[in-house]
Amino acid sequence: MDRIEARLLKEIADLDGLPVGAYNIRKDGKLDGRVSTAHIVIDTKTDKSGIDIHIAPGTRQESLHIPVVLTQSGLTETVYNDFFIGEDCDVDIIAGCGIHNAGCDTTQHDGVHTFYVGKNSKVRYYEKHYGEGEGTGERIFNPQTIVYLEEGASINMETTQIRGVDSTKRYTKIVVGPGGEAVITEKLLTHGRQTAESEMDIVLAGEDASGRVISRSVAQDQSQQTFYPRVIGEAKCFGHVQCDSIIMGEAQIKSIPAITAESPNAQLIHEAAIGRIAGEQILKLMTLGLTEEEAEGRILDGFLQ
Amino acid sequence: MLEIKHLSYQVADESGEELGILRDVSLSIAGHKFVVITGPNGGGKTTLAKAIMGLVQPTGGQILWNGEDITHLSVTERARRGISYGFQQPPRFKGLRVRDLLELASGRDNLTHDEECQFLTRVGLCAADYIDREVDASLSGGEVKRIEIASILARNADLMIFDEPEAGIDLWSFARLTETFRHLHDERGATLVVISHQERIIDLADEIVLISDGVITQHGPKEAVFPQILANTVSGCSYMKEA
Repeated sequence: MDRIEARLLKEIADLDGLPVGAYNIRKDGKLDGRVSTAHIVIDTKTDKSGIDIHIAPGTRQESLHIPVVLTQSGLTETVYNDFFIGEDCDVDIIAGCGIHNAGCDTTQHDGVHTFYVGKNSKVRYYEKHYGEGEGTGERIFNPQTIVYLEEGASINMETTQIRGVDSTKRYTKIVVGPGGEAVITEKLLTHGRQTAESEMDIVLAGEDASGRVISRSVAQDQSQQTFYPRVIGEAKCFGHVQCDSIIMGEAQIKSIPAITAESPNAQLIHEAAIGRIAGEQILKLMTLGLTEEEAEGRILDGFLQ
Repeated sequence: MLEIKHLSYQVADESGEELGILRDVSLSIAGHKFVVITGPNGGGKTTLAKAIMGLVQPTGGQILWNGEDITHLSVTERARRGISYGFQQPPRFKGLRVRDLLELASGRDNLTHDEECQFLTRVGLCAADYIDREVDASLSGGEVKRIEIASILARNADLMIFDEPEAGIDLWSFARLTETFRHLHDERGATLVVISHQERIIDLADEIVLISDGVITQHGPKEAVFPQILANTVSGCSYMKEA
């Protein structure tokens, strides 16, 4: 593992070396390392680029890392990863992609992830996108995440993209079965002339399904962000969308939440707020000895924590 | 020692006429004194307190702290010289937890659980319930206010300014807070400048400053000033007489 790869893995998955448990590391379009375990089996797809992951029923307290690193300028790829998670599992899945673009050509990773989560299983899914490199080539991510939750199953999905990504277009769809739960936390910071778009469909399909979307974003400089979080209640269910954005510089943010009740027993709420950092907040932290810049940084860190 | 010399703060009203919020205010506060500033609403108390912290820039005069002219120093520089300020209406922060604020205030990121407990207990809050909560809209005004006061206790600065610490705080918590101020007074660790209308806080003071209409109308030991204030505040409206 070279220095760039090690640093990217640290950034996207907080790894100081190879992961513990099952993992699949993809580097510059090729397999760079793989370990399957007794309960988590990873296979290369035969019809297209990507992997199939089978997690055996009853697998608990295990983790799977599937980081992707791109260090070749000009590499563009679409990767399909399918997760088949059995019943009664409790697992952590750590995805994420880091791009180091030292050249002038666009580097792009489009990850299409589909999860089939079995009855009463719990999945925590972390996905971090990170870009760096001194080159002028763009760093682009267009991820798609599709999740089907069976009865009583849940997913807690946390996506993070802080700086470094020129353009992103994200689509997430989660279909929640009876008694299931989906919690999506999205954290995003754009700067310069970056653009980010996040579109989401949370379908509360089963009785007593619940869905929560917590989106926190910061748009700096001339960057642009657009959010379309949509929740559809098809049964007796509970859905809550909360989008908070801090806008700075000459940035633009568009937030268009939609809640649709297709059942009289659907209870759906959306809240969306866009605003600057309040001057009082900065002053308060300055009275504690922070400079104006430090105060602003601390407020943003806390907001995106 | 805090010295305020001929301080003025003027703003223009809608017609462009100058309004004197503070007019030639001079005041000396010796180190480790507990001084309460009181007076009618709109008299200039908060403006004076904010001017000491640097939150408003006076249009004339000087502020000296321990002999140094701090009139043109920034808020940050004043904070680093040992001045702290508890806001009357503290801001809320999405994403900053009570623990974060106490750590920022104390300048340490290794506060022990005992220390966190002590700061919060002294404002009548239980650390177990509050330490990991965000200082956001989920907290009531009184809770945010007490956390604000706890942050000043954690800061442990040489000069602590409190702007109406009692505002928005319920009777039971206020009794606890009075004890905390009594303790601060007895410790004599810091110079305390407290804007207050509460008799129980005023009663703790070494000195009382009465500000009205932008000028100091009285300043002296509590024993001399407090009876006069009490005598003057019972007269009520001078235009309407009771039948």
